[in-house]
Amino acid sequence: MSKGTTVAVNVDYVSRVEGHGNITVTADNGELVDVKFEVTEPPRFFEGMLRGRPYDQAPLVTSRICGICSNGHVLASLTAMENALEVTPSDQTTLLRRLLMHGETIQSHVLHAYFLVAPDFLDVGSVIPLAATHPDVVKRALRMKKLGNDICDVVGGRSVHQIAAVVGGFTHLPTREELLGLRRRLDDAGADLQATVELFASLTMPEYERPTEYLSLKSGATYAYFGDLILSSNGDITPVRHYREKVKERIVEHSSAKHCDSNEGSFMVGALARFNNGHSNLSDGAKAAAGAMGLSAPCTNTFMNTVAQVVETAHCVEDSIAIIDQLVEVGIEQERPDVTPREGRGVGAVEVPRGTLYHEYGVDRRGLITDVNLIIPTGQNLNNLEQDMRALAPTVLPQGGAQAQKAMEMLVRAYDPCISCSTHVIELDARGKEVRR
Amino acid sequence: MNGNGASRKKPRVAIFELASCAGCQLQILNCEDEIPELLGLIEFAYFKEAMTETSDVYDIALIEGSVTRASDEEKLRTIRERAAIVATLGACAFPVGIPGLKNIQDLEDVERAVYGNQADLFPSQAAKPVDAVIPVDLHILGCPIHKDEFVRVLSALLVGKRPPVPTYPVCVECRLKENTCAYDRGLVCLGPITRAGCGAICPSYGSRCFGCRGLADDPNIPSIENLLEENGLTQADVMAEYVLYNAHNALQPGGLEKGVAR
Repeated sequence: MSKGTTVAVNVDYVSRVEGHGNITVTADNGELVDVKFEVTEPPRFFEGMLRGRPYDQAPLVTSRICGICSNGHVLASLTAMENALEVTPSDQTTLLRRLLMHGETIQSHVLHAYFLVAPDFLDVGSVIPLAATHPDVVKRALRMKKLGNDICDVVGGRSVHQIAAVVGGFTHLPTREELLGLRRRLDDAGADLQATVELFASLTMPEYERPTEYLSLKSGATYAYFGDLILSSNGDITPVRHYREKVKERIVEHSSAKHCDSNEGSFMVGALARFNNGHSNLSDGAKAAAGAMGLSAPCTNTFMNTVAQVVETAHCVEDSIAIIDQLVEVGIEQERPDVTPREGRGVGAVEVPRGTLYHEYGVDRRGLITDVNLIIPTGQNLNNLEQDMRALAPTVLPQGGAQAQKAMEMLVRAYDPCISCSTHVIELDARGKEVRR
Repeated sequence: MNGNGASRKKPRVAIFELASCAGCQLQILNCEDEIPELLGLIEFAYFKEAMTETSDVYDIALIEGSVTRASDEEKLRTIRERAAIVATLGACAFPVGIPGLKNIQDLEDVERAVYGNQADLFPSQAAKPVDAVIPVDLHILGCPIHKDEFVRVLSALLVGKRPPVPTYPVCVECRLKENTCAYDRGLVCLGPITRAGCGAICPSYGSRCFGCRGLADDPNIPSIENLLEENGLTQADVMAEYVLYNAHNALQPGGLEKGVAR
């Protein structure tokens, strides 16, 4: 650090995000020198831990990478493993998985928008004081979050680390009555959604624009949470099985999570990316919500990611109703997963709340896992986050330390980072040194 | 912690995270029906995932995650000095859970690569449960913790009581639910040796018990031995499952035998 250089913003352990990350912005006489988002979570070793274990434990173990996106990990894992074992899930299984993913997306988005982001706009440190000052708002948030969790309970047995979804299908199926019970509550959620849209329409997001590349999954003319293609906002399409050609990981010194680049440099994944790439396929209610909150594609204001999450919450509620109607009309078939181990390799990708999640497995003929690769949304976003911090810093530094710090923290929160998730991949050798490949 | 006078200050609760998935903290936030009431009874002193304010003054410390770094141990000792009650939250904190899987991986690597130097290499990397570092007052078990159990335990602590913990295995709860035995479905299940309290949720959803709540005080060893014999299984088949959540115990001297054989 040269003489005269001052640390302009230094946040050790950003609150109201999942996991442990630090912000450092260095400036010299008001001129920006450097920005860093340091990830200091303890590295975990999921790729290594799975080697030699049976194929059916991959979803169970990888869901423990992250409690908040545990169902997303399960579903990416199942998709990859079924591709490796050449198993085709039934239509019923596919519908139930989509419903499970919607449940997690609803609970995760509501938690982020209401509990983690909204306090910034009301100048409080957490949602807790709001329970006294805005009890109706807090109760509404809890009600919506519970609905998302209850969808997961019905489909998977519990919302964190679900039980029933396995390679090949489900070990337990919901009853018609359970599905209809959910449907009634999804119908009733309309008023809560409307109030949520009104709340977020009333919050003024910071003004900020920085064009970047947005990546999300594509599957026909649907608003895709599952799919075999990666769509770029520049129009490029890459098959998911070739994901390594599009999403390139590299190790940076200040982060125990790897960073990612595409061919064009940093890129963004998550609700805003999905909205920008797929807005025309949203449900009618979600489109109306976007309009009411002033979100239109293409949007290059990262802070609007939270607004895009509210839009997606409306979409997930409406699509869940459609899925349940389809399941109830056809009737739940008592199917049993039927899988024969074989040698193979498979990639699976799912749009989880924070963006595209990739799982890849190799399995031997006995069905034992030979190698694993996992690419996490937050890891993909870290480079883009630092680019955003670099672009935002000169505009907020003149406002002084406290204001600049708050703006930087809000930027980090806009990504809804899941830091525990992103630190799974650094492998250490027997002496604790990083294995670089 | 006793007394319930209205003028009394609310007990202060701090939640700390070591190596984990944060799913047990999320389970606390998932107590949607209880949160409003909970906030009237306690005060959160430290809950980084949910709030910006922090404080070093607290009565009850809840610790999620396994110990994987020297700095974790220092952190735990400080917490132990400050808190009247230290409870673990979830399987990573006790019995060690999924982070312990790397212990087995490392052990194999280390054994292959370096003979005799285990003392230097292994402790820096092996995941440990919290009670291997500091005394712990109670364990809130499960992967993840169950919301109802969390509320029950916290309620008991608030009135100065210790919640009862089942000493019997998951099998007992599973039979009460009239589930088809996992062994009859051709699966290996740790229900006969794992501590109950979960309501046998995994077998009830068509899966089997993976042992996330650790060994029961009274594991049904004859039962699992019979089941193994009847189904043509060996101790190794059970151990392959047991290490998923119980690697720390399995690697202790005698730990291998403790779980599945006399």
